[in-house]
This record gives sequence, C-alpha cells and structure tokens, in this order.
Amino acid sequence: MNRRMRQTNSGEKGNVGEFFRKLLAFAGGYRVLIVIAVVCAMGGSICTILGPDRLSDITNAITEGISPNTDNLEEVTTVMSDNMQSNMELLVDEISGNLDQQSLATKSSEILASTDISDEDKTEFQTVIASMSTITDQEELQEQLLNLPDSVLEILFDEVEVNGVTISSSDQVTALSLMSEMDSEDISTDALNDLPDSIKDALFTDIIVQDTTISGEDQLEMMTLLSEVDTDDSSALLEALDELPESIYSLVDSSIDMDKVMSFIVVLVVLYCSSFALSLAQHLIMNYVTQNITKKLRKSISHKINCLPMSYFNHTSTGDILSRITNDVDTVGQTLNQSIGTLVSAVTLFIGALVMMFSTNVIMSISGILATIIGFVLMMIIMSHSQKYFNEQQEDLGLLNGHVEEMYTGHLVVKAYNDEEKSKKQFDEYNQGLRNSAFRAQCLSGLMMPIMTFIGNFGYVVVCVVGAVLTMNDMTSFGTIVAFMIYIRLFTQPLSQMAQSMQSMQMAAAAGKRVFDFLEAEEMEDESYKTQSLGDIAGNVEFDHVNFGYDEGQTIIHDFSAKAKAGQKIAIVGPTGAGKTTMVNLLMRFYETNQGGIKIDGISTKDVKREEVHSQFSMVLQDTWLFEGTIRENLIYCAKNVSEETMINATKAVGLDHFIRTLPNGYDTVLNDNVNLSQGQKQQLTIARAMIANKPMLILDEATSSVDTRSEIIIQKAMDELMENRTSFIIAHRLSTIKNSDLILVMNHGDIVETGTHEELLAKNGFYAELYNSQFDVEEE
Amino acid sequence: MSILKLFKKLTRTEYIYIVISIAFICAMVGLDLKLPDYMSSITTLVETEGSEMNEILIEGAKMIACALGALICSVCVAIFSSRIASNFGARIREDMFDKVQGFSLEEVNKFSTSSLIIRSTNDVTQVQNLIVMGLQMFIRAPIMAVWAILKIVNKSWQWSAATCVAVIVLLTVVGICVMFAVPRFRKIQYLTDNVNRVARENLTGLSVVRAYNAEEYQEDKFEVANEELKHNNLVGNGVMALMQPSMQLIQNGLTLSIYWIGAYLISNALISDKISLFSDMVVFSSYAMQVVMSFMMLVAIFIMLPRALVAAQRINEVLDTQTKIFDGDIADSNTEETGEVEFRNVSFKYPDAQDYVLENISFTAHKGETIAFIGSTGSGKSTLINLVPRFYDVSEGEILVDGINIKDYTQKALRNKLGYVSQKSVLFKGTIKSNVDFGDNGKGQALESDIVEAIYTAKANEFVETDDVGYDGYVAQNGANFSGGQKQRLSIARAICRRPEIFIFDDSFSALDFKTDKDLRTALNDYCKDATKLIVAQRIGTIIDADKIVVLDEGKVVGIGTHEELLKNCDVYYEIALSQFSKEELENE
Repeated sequence: MNRRMRQTNSGEKGNVGEFFRKLLAFAGGYRVLIVIAVVCAMGGSICTILGPDRLSDITNAITEGISPNTDNLEEVTTVMSDNMQSNMELLVDEISGNLDQQSLATKSSEILASTDISDEDKTEFQTVIASMSTITDQEELQEQLLNLPDSVLEILFDEVEVNGVTISSSDQVTALSLMSEMDSEDISTDALNDLPDSIKDALFTDIIVQDTTISGEDQLEMMTLLSEVDTDDSSALLEALDELPESIYSLVDSSIDMDKVMSFIVVLVVLYCSSFALSLAQHLIMNYVTQNITKKLRKSISHKINCLPMSYFNHTSTGDILSRITNDVDTVGQTLNQSIGTLVSAVTLFIGALVMMFSTNVIMSISGILATIIGFVLMMIIMSHSQKYFNEQQEDLGLLNGHVEEMYTGHLVVKAYNDEEKSKKQFDEYNQGLRNSAFRAQCLSGLMMPIMTFIGNFGYVVVCVVGAVLTMNDMTSFGTIVAFMIYIRLFTQPLSQMAQSMQSMQMAAAAGKRVFDFLEAEEMEDESYKTQSLGDIAGNVEFDHVNFGYDEGQTIIHDFSAKAKAGQKIAIVGPTGAGKTTMVNLLMRFYETNQGGIKIDGISTKDVKREEVHSQFSMVLQDTWLFEGTIRENLIYCAKNVSEETMINATKAVGLDHFIRTLPNGYDTVLNDNVNLSQGQKQQLTIARAMIANKPMLILDEATSSVDTRSEIIIQKAMDELMENRTSFIIAHRLSTIKNSDLILVMNHGDIVETGTHEELLAKNGFYAELYNSQFDVEEE
Repeated sequence: MSILKLFKKLTRTEYIYIVISIAFICAMVGLDLKLPDYMSSITTLVETEGSEMNEILIEGAKMIACALGALICSVCVAIFSSRIASNFGARIREDMFDKVQGFSLEEVNKFSTSSLIIRSTNDVTQVQNLIVMGLQMFIRAPIMAVWAILKIVNKSWQWSAATCVAVIVLLTVVGICVMFAVPRFRKIQYLTDNVNRVARENLTGLSVVRAYNAEEYQEDKFEVANEELKHNNLVGNGVMALMQPSMQLIQNGLTLSIYWIGAYLISNALISDKISLFSDMVVFSSYAMQVVMSFMMLVAIFIMLPRALVAAQRINEVLDTQTKIFDGDIADSNTEETGEVEFRNVSFKYPDAQDYVLENISFTAHKGETIAFIGSTGSGKSTLINLVPRFYDVSEGEILVDGINIKDYTQKALRNKLGYVSQKSVLFKGTIKSNVDFGDNGKGQALESDIVEAIYTAKANEFVETDDVGYDGYVAQNGANFSGGQKQRLSIARAICRRPEIFIFDDSFSALDFKTDKDLRTALNDYCKDATKLIVAQRIGTIIDADKIVVLDEGKVVGIGTHEELLKNCDVYYEIALSQFSKEELENE
C-alpha cells in the first residue's frame, strides 16, 4: 500500500501555493509561531552573511601584521647612515686639521729636525712638500702624503679625539687610506669592517630611532647582515631580518594589532552564538508547530471518517485512507518541519549575498552569477532527467514488489500448478528492468553533490580571475576579491537548498492535496436540527414504497413495501450477490432511500438523527469485528454503565464465559495476534457485545456462515436467546435456520422478488422453492 | 556481521569494480584536498602586488582542472557504485525469490508470507542503498579524514588540538542526540503503527462503529494514540533540532579558533615564519573543515548502518533456511494406474509441536471416486489434504499416488497429476484466460476450447461471458475486481483446465450459494468423470452424494462411509448434520 501511494505521489504534482494557503488556514493559532520561526530563520541567515565579513577583517588584521616593518627598517638605515655621514665628516675634519698649512709648516720643521728619521725619509718628505704647490688634486696629494714613511707620518698626524674616541696616528693613516679607496657615495661594509676599531667607534655612535637606542655595534651588525643578502631573494632577506640584533629587531618586527583582532573575534562569537540560538529557536518552534499541526490533521481525518457517508468508502480503499493518515500527513509534517526553515534561510542568504555582491562590485557580481547559473542549468537538466529515472525506478520497483507479493501470497497455487518457471521468468524480466532503472536513478542522484561542489569552485575561480583583471586596471581593490570569494560561496549554497526544498514542497503539496481533499469531501447531512426522538419503541418496522439504488439512475429496489410487527422475525434470503446487505444498509440508514422510507413505530427514520436509528438496532455481521484491546473492552465497547454481572451474563448466554476464564488474564486478556480465537469464538464475542448493548431490535447478517458446524450449534442457541422479544432481521443462506420466520424476503439481482412465509413461498413454487430444494437434491445420475 | 556474509554474493567483476571505485575515491579525495592549495595560492597571487595576470590565469586553470578531475572521479565512483549496488540488489532479490519459491508450507509459515514479502523487497532495497551510500561515503570519509589529518598533522599542535576538540564536541552532540532521540524514534515507529491500527479498526468496522454510535469512542481512542505519537515526535525531533545548528556552530567555532590561535602564533613567530604560518592557517582551516565533515559523514553512516544490518540479517535468515522437502527420482507422471490415492497409517505433526495434528489415517480413493472430508475447525481436514501435493511431508506412514510413494516422484511430476483448489481463492494479475490456463501441467499449452470448457464446467461462464468481462477480461491483483464466489469459480476452472487425475478441493465451495454449488458439482461429475475428487467441506449438502465420507475429529478418523451409513453409525457426523438440517429434513432423505 505504501508503495502504491508513493507512486501516485510522485505522479501528481501539487499546487504549492494552494497547499500553503490551506495549510495556513488550517494552522490557526500556530500562524503566529510560524511567523516567529520565519523571523528567526531570517535572523540566523543574516548573522551568517555578516560572519564572513568579520572573518575577513580578522584575516586583514593578521595580514597587516605579517610583513616586516620596512618603514622602521628604512628609518633605522636612514638615521644610521645620516649619523655615520656626519661622524665621518667630523672625523675627516679632525684628521685633515693635521694637514693644514700652518700645522704642516710646524710639522715639517719638526720632521726635519728629528733625529729618528732617516735622511732618506726626510728627502722624500721634502719632495712631497715641494710638489704640493704643483699638485692641485687633493686626492693625489693625500695619496702621496700617505705613502710617506711611517716615521714621518707618526709626526705628521697627531692623535685626535673624535666623539670621545682617541684615534692614534696610525689609525688615522689607515682610515684615510681606506677612505680614499671608498666611494664616498656608497660605503661598502667590508671596507667599514677593515677600519680600525677606534675609527669604527667614532663613526657608529648610538642612534635613537622611535625611542629605541641602537648601539654602534648593532648598527654595524645590521650592515654586515644586510650586506650579505641578495636583495632579490625575499625569503633570504626575511631570514636575515631574524638575525638582527635585539634593538633593531624590535623595531623591524611587525606586530599584529591584537586588540583589533580580539574585537573582531568578540563580534564573531556574538554573531555565531546568535546564529546558533536563532537557528535552534527556529527548529524548535517549527518542530512544535509541525507536531501540533500534524496531530490536528490526523485528528481531523479520524473525525472526518465518521462524518462521511458510507458510499464514500465504496470507491476509496481502507489502505488509501490509512496512507493519508500516516504517509501523507508525515510528508506534510516533514516539509513543514524542515523545508520552510531551510527555504526561508536559503532565500535570505541568497538575497543577502546578492545585495552584498552588487553593492560591492557590479561587474564581478554579474560574472560570478553567470558562472553559477551555467552550473545550475547543467544541474537542472540532470535533475529533470533523474526525476524521470526516479519515477521509472519507482514504477519498476512497484511492478517487482507487486509480482513478489502476488507470487508469495499465491505460493501454494504456484507450486501446485508448477508455475515456478513462468513466474521466475516474469520475475527476471521485472528484476532486470529494476536493475537498469535503479542504476540510472542512483547514478544521477550520486552526481548531484559533486556537481554542486564543482559549481562552487568554478564560481570561485571566475571571481578571482575577473577580480584580478579589474585590480590590474585599478577598478577594484584586493579586499573586494577576498569578500567576493566568500559571497560566491554564500550565493551558490542556498541555490541547491532552494531547489531541494522546492522539490520537497511539491511532494508535500501532492500529499497535502490528498489530505485536504479528504477533509473537504462532502459530509453527511448535519442533523443537529432534528429534535424528534424515537424514545422507547415497540419495534414495528414498516417499509413504505422504498426505492433505492447505489448509483444514481440505477434503481435496484423497486417500490418495496412490507410491515414487520414488534417481536417478529424477518428473514432476508437469496443467492450470493443478491443484495441482501442492501436491506441492512437501508434499515440502519447507512444509505438513504431514493424514494419512500422506513418507519419505526410510525416515525420515518429520516425525521430523526441517524444516531437515534442506530441505537434501535443491535447488529451482528458475518465479518466479526474485534479490535486490539482486552476482551472486556471488546465486549462492553462504548456502552455506558455496564455492570460486571451484565457482561458475565451475556458471555454465559453465548457459552463463552468458561473459555474466557481459562485465558491467562480472564476478561482482561488482550486480544492480539498471540491470542488465537476461533472464528466461532469471535462470533460469540460479537453476539455477547450485541446482548450487552441491549437494543430493541436486531440485525443478523450471515452471522454463522464463516463458522464451522459444531460451533454453529452453540452460536445459534446464543442468537435465539438474543432474538427473544426483539424485532429481528436475519440474513442467511442456510435456509433451515429461517424457515420459521414470520416474513421471508427473497432477493435476487438486488431486488426483492418474493415475500411471504416459508409455507407460502414453497406453495408458490418460485425462486424460493428452487433455492430451498437445491440444498437437498441428491445428484440425479 | 550479517552484511559481510551477504557480500560473499558479490562477483569477481564487482570486486574489481569496488577496487576501481576505491582508486577513484582516493584520486577524488587527493584532488579535493589539493583544491585549498590552489585557493590559497590564488589568494596570495591576488593579494601580492605586481602579480602577472598570466600567473592567476594559470593557477585558476589548474584549480578548475583539479575540480573537474574531482568531478570526473565522483562521476566514475557514482557509476561504479550504482552498478555494483543495482547488480547486487538484483542478485539478492533473485536468490531470495528462488529460495522462497522452493519453500514448502512449513518454511513459509515459519516466516509468514508478509514477512517474506518485506524481506524480499524492502530489506533488499535497504541493503542496496547502504552499498551506494557506503561506497560514496563510508569509504570516502575515513580516507578523507586520514588524508586531511596527515596534511595538517605536522602544523602547529595548537590547531590540531582545536580540531580534536571540535571532533570530540561533534561526537558528543551526535552521541547525545542518538542516545535521546533514537529510542524515541523506535517508539515513534511503534506509535505510528498504533495510530494506523486504531484508524484501520475504525475503517474496517465502519458499520459496527456507526451501528453502536461509537464514533466518539473511536475518536477518543484515536486521540490517545495520536497524542502519544505527537509527544514522542515532539521530544525526538526536538532533540534532533539541536543537530543542525550545533554542526554549524562547531564548524564556525573551529574556523574562528583556528584564526584566533593563528593570530597569537603569528604574532609570536619569527619574521621569516610569519607568512608561511599565515598560509598554513588558511589551508589548515579548510582541511580541518574536511576532517570535521568526514566525521559527520561517518556519523551519518553509523546512524543508518543498524537498520541495514537488521535488513541483512533478515535476508540471511531466509537464504540460510533449507527446505525440508526433496524431490524423488520419478519425473514421468505417466503411470500405469491413474487416479488412485492411498493413505497408509499417516500421522503428521508440525515440527517442534508436541501433539499430532493427524494420527494414523488410512483410506484409499479409487479412480473416479469422490472422497469427502468433514469435521469441525481444527480437526485436521485441510492439513490432511495438503499432504497430497507435498506442501508438508508426512511425519509417519506413507501416501501413495498411483501405487507409488509420493516422495519418490519429483514434485513437478506429482503435481502434474493434481488439480488443487485452495481454501482462499487466489487469482493473479492478468486476464481470465491467463488465470485459467495457469502454470504447467506437462502436457503443453491448453487449447482455447479447454479454457472455455473449464469456465463452463466451473459455472463461471455466467459472469465471464458478459460484455464487460470476456475471456481476455482484466483480473486485478488478488482478483480484487471479482466477488468471493466469482473468484472461487475461477480457481475451480483453473483446476479443471489442467485435466488432472486427482482433484483436491480444500473447502472450495464455501462462497457459493447452494444452487451454484450443486450445479457446479453436477457439471464436474459429468465433465471429469474419470478424475478422483478429494473434497474438504463444511456443508453436508456439498458432500451428501460422495462415494466415501471421512469424518475427522481432533486429527483422528471417527467414521468412514456414505451419508446414510454415517448418519446411522457416526455420532459426530450426525451432530454436524443436525446443525444444518432439522430432524425432519434428515429423516425425509
């Protein structure tokens, strides 16, 4: 039954709008809660949209703190070289002070007077001095001076003091000679290192950059480090930076603005937590609403069953209605519980992402959306195809399951007739069909996820590339690209969710249509205005020109009139399918007569409520109806104020009291699959139930036909007891039991063909007589 | 594990397919995990000033190629896994069907027909779904998890610890949900059945309910079941409502913690390590997400696994059941004698039962005779008649058909001699013709005239030969478009069409009125004069003219003879007769 229902479900597509209109109307007071849930879902989605922005803020804050502080490094270098430059000038000034005209003159006389200096050296010195007037080039002069012998130089250069450092004459000479080799523009570190320590000390004095004092040593170290690095190799450069002396490192080292990061983190924690809370609230509220609405739907269906005319059930199977109560209501419930929330958040997310995207950059938005749409068209094509294969699979499954069901149910017959081979051949055919369609359906549904992932990645790349192009043309910034990478994810994700929830809503709409169709089916006439009561009746029943047909325009009972006096026994007989049960249906007002009517004690049954009519008749049917419950519940059923004694008297009357007492829990034994009652015992129970209900009239519809012969004797006795003093209508095909009836109605092909007592009818030698005699005739041959 | 036992049914090709699938899954996982690398390198390129357009395009192309590769791998996995699952499902279904077809009544009753149907259909579908999901998720998730973990394991331990915590929280949330929700859902299953039962009760007893004015009583009863269902649904689904927001929170929380930790790690790192730490962080967060996702997939599998395991278990139970009825050697149903059935001291009891259903039954039916069996419910008459086609095997004694023990025939040969009409009429979807010319009697296809004669003999012509039915008239499943009497006559026609040596009627006239019953039997005696007829009946009228009536009471024969003989010397028979006829009527005979 399930399977068949699902097949029809997938076959028809419901009108989603119509379905929701009806559902909301049905929801009543829960509408407010639904609105709250929808708001929660939207709020949750908005939190989700805002999240990535803050996350990229964190990323930005971190990125800002990643690269070394080149500004500081540059400042250090600048300050350092400026400082060195000025020191150098000072140094050179001091040293060259030794060489000005005046001091040169005093020095030369001193040299010439010195006894420590060899004549050779003196001559050399004089040559240089002499040439001084001719040499204009300062450098050449210096070179010549420096080439003088050490003894001369020692006198020539006095010790000087620069920046508190005393520099010996030899150091001065070395420095001068080194410096002369140096390009004044570019001071090579090697050369600097070769300088005498005293000079170095004089050159690299402490500098202060951004309140940090950098010692001369550190400066020198830095210069050495950086000089060794190939400036094109950035990673080597970074590694070199790590080696920097503490004072400079602290300046160069980048620092992440942790306060900023923390503030973003706090915002995110709040966002995520509120998203969690809102989403949880949405789920809980929707669950509450769903469970209450589905309960209400089930209740309405259950109530509706009892408001529909009997004729409704002629063209609707039990299984069909049951599947509305369980499957269809479940489908509606699931959609309500999940799809609405999902759809609302997805749409909010989608619109939010769209707004964010377009407000950031139009070109990138369009290209991103186009990329995703290509993917989606692809997916839609696959989805529509897979729908086809899914239906096909469902059909094949239905065929196969149907065949299995049929063959298993008819197992004995299949075996007895050696039909195994043929049945197997048919099975193989269905199985092969299912194998193929299941393969196709499963295959296509397996593609859905990977394609979605691919669409996401594709959109990502497109946004990156387009963004890069725009950046190069200075049309956008890096930040935009980073943001877009997230937006494009937020944009593709809800699309598939929307597609999915739309699909499930369509299924729910189909299921909902079936539920609401049932709930909207035309009910029996409302009889609350009928106030007349039958009261305590004697039991006179009159059929007054009754015309009736189940289908319009097809009358099967033609103008039937008969009278039954109180306490009489009226039998209804006829061959199988003669329509005997029709009379019961009319008596009980399960169906309304087309013309004419039935009167009880002179009051037309149409003038009182149906319940009034029902409460006049006890009814025992061929199909015993017991439900899962204790024997006591089954016996008393809905009768009120039944004493234990009444109940036991009834079971004693039908001869069941002893048996019930032998059961493990006596009258409280639960009747279910484990308790095996024979058909006869079940019938005895229903007769006892009719006795307890104690109504003035009685209807027995083939009450003993499915009971074996020995039980029948007991049941017959019970029924005789029940019939005493009651107007009784008895349907039977065993004619021996109704021979002594006061009136026999003989039916054939739906209509009443003869009426009378047994003797009258036999005398007529008509249909009844033929029927009666057929049960005794011994074969003629 | 029950499912592993079932996997033995996979063929070599399918094992190869599985290996190929696993290879594709590995490739897919590899490519999937490569994607974040490209993403971060694109990000870096875009963020680095002065990058060449070309570089971005090349990286982009590589990433699309990678994604495309992953897509192609998934397609291959989908194709292979669907192929394996659909083939496997088809094979299991076929095995089940073959097995059940071979079952005797004993095995069928052990499981019950409805259970066998569910096992052959729903349970197989469950297992089939598990295979598809299993290959796409069960294998993929651990590979994904392990691979992703390997990729990040040598990064900072703080991040690994955060991921670990996230996984633990995830498992805890799932654990709580499972612990509280699953018992509820199990109960919901039961309560749904309950609601269904109460509603069914109301529907099947519609006229009784209305006759007793018990509408309110039923609705109150429904309300109780309904309320209980709602309550459990509310709690069960309420717990599950925690699931999705928690998953979201865990994912977001993990990303956030990784960034948070990252910020500290980076700010404390050496300048040279900072950039690589940053890109590690970006990559780590996407891998960590993959790890968490893999665990979610695993959890999903573990939630659906128990159901599939139960299904596999139930399938195995059927497949492991050996039928206890074996074929004999005699395959030729043409024997010298025809139509003779003899019971020799036959006793029967159900396996594991204490008491005998039938005890020491002996009688012989000769060619052309009608033997009737009568007795109250539970007297064993149906069981007795079901022994002849070997739906059950006798426990003691032997049954001879045409002088040969029925165990020596092949079942097919034996049943070719028999025309069996079951107690409950069974019709199959098809046409009147396909239902009458049903099965194989070893004599080839029935002629058109045979079918017509069978229909006439069974008195089914009066409704078959009408305008809206006809011989090609449609028969719905279970013959739902025919009345009980019509179905009975059609199944009798089916037996007649077989032209058997021996007819077996298991209370097959019960739905017919006396007149049709009589007419039918008259026609049968005319048309199938030579066939032996074994008839189980409730009504004396049906068997009054039998050559021999066997009266059974509590599994024992209490009288054999004709109607007249039995009336005189068999109390049980007299009692039965008296319940159906008045004394005078009996004496008038």
